[in-house]
Amino acid sequence: MQRILVQSSPFDQDDECQRQSDNHQVGAVVSFVGQVRGTDIASLTLEHYPGMTEQALRRIAQQADERWRLQGVTIIHRVGELTRGEPIVLVLTAAAHRQQAFAACAYIMDILKTQAPFWKKERKLDGSTHWVEAREEDAEAAAQWLSDG
Amino acid sequence: MIRILYFGQLREMLGCHAEEWAEAPIAVSALLEQLRARSPAWREALDERTLCAVNQTLAKGHALIQDGDEVAFFPPVTGG
Repeated sequence: MQRILVQSSPFDQDDECQRQSDNHQVGAVVSFVGQVRGTDIASLTLEHYPGMTEQALRRIAQQADERWRLQGVTIIHRVGELTRGEPIVLVLTAAAHRQQAFAACAYIMDILKTQAPFWKKERKLDGSTHWVEAREEDAEAAAQWLSDG
Repeated sequence: MIRILYFGQLREMLGCHAEEWAEAPIAVSALLEQLRARSPAWREALDERTLCAVNQTLAKGHALIQDGDEVAFFPPVTGG
């Protein structure tokens, strides 16, 4: 089952895990949660490109499914204003074996970071705001998966 | 008509989220060059890292934009 959601509301990790676990072919479920971090950060505002975002996430999930023969993929990405400590993204992969589930989960996050059209704007505790810059390490991580074929 | 969208820091720097463009077909690179020629502010905002999507799929500079297409320009993405 492929479950792709872009929403402002929070998600329930346990509930999402349960949805993908309820399948006798599933022997491993891996979940990743990314959250707002930083000692001087008050909040993050996430902007996205409605339509393209969902399409990009579906394509990334599809590629992971083809590469690791998954039983299920869930990607939930939040948008709007999120305060420090709040979850931003959930990626959940279900497979027969753990190696597939671990690798697919890492792949989805690495590719999402460089291909899904989201932009973060940080608001610091002192009230100043700035757009988050893309990191070279993220581009390298994605390029590594793509060159592995 | 082509519909042009701007996102993230680009949208903010340009003070523009969407506009219509009459000339089509046109290559992504040619459109970018015409937009940059509008003013130094546009040239600065639409720097060499600017990404482009045509009909919601990432596109390179040589891609041809047709009448009725949706084009988006945005900075490198920072989700996750």
